[in-house]
Amino acid sequence: MEFDLKKIDAIIDSCGCEAKNLITVLQGVQAELRYLPTEVMEYIAEKMDISVAKVFSVATFYENFSLNAKGQYVIKICDGTACHVRKSIPILTKVREILGLSEDKPTTDDMMFTVETVSCLGACGLAPVMTVNDKVFPSMTPEKAETLINDIKEGKEVC
Amino acid sequence: MGYMYIDDMKVEFENEKNILEVTRRIGIELPTLCYYSELSTYGACRMCMVENEKGGFEAACSTLPRDGMRIKTNTPALIKHRRMILELLLAAHCRDCTTCDKSGACRLQELALRYGVKRVRFADHREEKPLDTSSKSIVRDPNKCILCGDCVRVCREKQGMGILDFAYRGSKMRVMPAFDRKLAETDCVNCGQCAAVCPTGAITVKDETDEMWKYLNDPKKMVVVQVAPAVRVALGEQFGLPEGANVMGKIVKALKMMGVDKVFDTVVSADMTVVEEAGEFLERVATGGPFPMFTSCCPAWIKYAETKHPEFINKNISSCKSPLQMFGAVIDELYGNDPERELISVAVMPCTAKKYEVSRSEFTKADGKRIVELSLTTQELANMIKNAGIDFANLEEEFLDAPFDMGGSGAGVIFGVTGGVAEAVIRECAKDKTNAYVKEMRDVGVRGKESMKEAVINVDGRDIHIAVVHGLKAAEDLIQKMERGEAYYDIVEVMACPEGCIGGAGQPFALNPRRDKRAKALYRTDNDMSMKFSSKHPETIYAFDEIVKGRNHEMLHVHYNKNEK
Ligand code: SF4
Ligand code: SF4
Ligand code: FES
Repeated sequence: MEFDLKKIDAIIDSCGCEAKNLITVLQGVQAELRYLPTEVMEYIAEKMDISVAKVFSVATFYENFSLNAKGQYVIKICDGTACHVRKSIPILTKVREILGLSEDKPTTDDMMFTVETVSCLGACGLAPVMTVNDKVFPSMTPEKAETLINDIKEGKEVC
Repeated sequence: MGYMYIDDMKVEFENEKNILEVTRRIGIELPTLCYYSELSTYGACRMCMVENEKGGFEAACSTLPRDGMRIKTNTPALIKHRRMILELLLAAHCRDCTTCDKSGACRLQELALRYGVKRVRFADHREEKPLDTSSKSIVRDPNKCILCGDCVRVCREKQGMGILDFAYRGSKMRVMPAFDRKLAETDCVNCGQCAAVCPTGAITVKDETDEMWKYLNDPKKMVVVQVAPAVRVALGEQFGLPEGANVMGKIVKALKMMGVDKVFDTVVSADMTVVEEAGEFLERVATGGPFPMFTSCCPAWIKYAETKHPEFINKNISSCKSPLQMFGAVIDELYGNDPERELISVAVMPCTAKKYEVSRSEFTKADGKRIVELSLTTQELANMIKNAGIDFANLEEEFLDAPFDMGGSGAGVIFGVTGGVAEAVIRECAKDKTNAYVKEMRDVGVRGKESMKEAVINVDGRDIHIAVVHGLKAAEDLIQKMERGEAYYDIVEVMACPEGCIGGAGQPFALNPRRDKRAKALYRTDNDMSMKFSSKHPETIYAFDEIVKGRNHEMLHVHYNKNEK
């Protein structure tokens, strides 16, 4: 895959080239590309004069970094204690079923949706909670989730 | 400066950087799995804990000695703690000790024995990972890794490579190259230092002794072995002989007993390297460069330059083959055309990178046969001697084979220690071939264990600026300094391993003071030899006049191919 290295350069320039800024740079890249492609990590390592293994080490240490390409819409279903007892798993099962996804295959082939679970979004009062990109949807049910996905597909809901 | 109490003994401390160094000085060997005095302190294994007055634990490797401090090193609580760590480590470790390459030399095994770990109550839930056998020099078995990070730090801090690092976290944490790639797919330079520091069998040197036994037992093969300078001052350690003892005569005898046809000394071809490299240097002086001229004996350095500084390849780096390959060419010339018996040329080296060097395309004939078939390490030779049941310590000495039975000059011997190649080459360049000049050179500053040394010496009216580095990190720092215009050198010697080949990863593992003893032994050998000048040695003269016969370029020099992997 080709990446716009100029964009990566700009991110590195704005954070500073010193090794201590690696995490900020990776966050910037992840925000731009929604994940950290191998080639980009190698490029960053070379530009910032850090070993590739170190960049990989940092990228795999933090949960927030993703090494795989994610869909345009990242759906996170909370499975923290509060959401779990208020039945978040049936929502997860339903969403995966609609999109043909599983734990091992989190992203649809058309790169439209990625489905993940998180351990507590910090909005337990709204349980069960689901987020799409950064928008929060409270008190979900499997049915509401299905409608939401259809709305997104039809462009009625923009996240 | 101050006094502390260790197990109720009053002990003075000076500038020790931690309690561990103080306890070691007074003869108490605290257990460690993640501490090397030459690397940064990591403090992860928690084996080195000591108990303070309040009954609390402190990690000796990462605690400064304080005046009036009282510590105990061996209380029931500490013993219980150490046993528990060992039990947990063993629980997450493949425990096939009897079939492990590291058995007998494994620190985990040794400590388990020392602390009497009698049971392991927990099951290993880790997913089994495949071995990485892709490298020509080392084998990585992730299932035996205890996450001490020693390899990570040596590769980053000494070689500046950072090939290995931690990845993932918590119970999923592993040590691996970036993206879990195979070592052969990385820029790893095959120096093997990660294997040298690995306390367990997670990284080991590739074992090729079975191949060697096959050749030795095949009557259709003629096995000719050359032995590098650094091997003779380290092998004896494995058989209870004094550290630094020169055991070359016994090595020859042992090899002969195992069925080797001819044994030569790589010192002879080191002398040839000296002559060729001095000639090349003087030619550069006459024609104006390019400077600096880098030495070319260390294959790890060559590989490093190929990936990081391709501008030096076939240019600043001397075109001389390594002594191993020069002898390879000579041996091939002497015995390579026997229709009855196929020549198998073997080297015994302190080095793991030579295993890679012998496989390079430049050193392979058109029909695919390698000029030097195998490069075994000092440790592999020790293992073969043990396999064969030879009582090495009590062996008679035996002479090398003709036509090189004298085994070269003192200049070739010091190739094994940092600074030796530069010293030998400059010794050769000078017209003054007296022992007084040798003495003068000795003190000019190329000797010693520092990772970076510089010296200026006047050679026939011209000041020659010399730099000597060991460790590729030190080499890179030096190159950067030159690029910034802060330094100028005419000749730069680079060796990848600590203190040069005597600290090679193929040697029995040694930190100082043991490494220093090896260095001293090589210098002593040079000192004791009457022949100190490579080109004056009758064997060097013989090799050039009777064997090379003017084909210096073809036999003794190399042009590195692009994209060699
Ligand atoms: S062999 Fe040398 S370069 Fe390669 S991983 Fe080990 S220490 Fe690093
Ligand atoms: S310094 Fe010597 S032992 Fe180490 S890699 Fe280089 S040639 Fe081999
Ligand atoms: S040696 Fe002190 S923590 Fe490992």
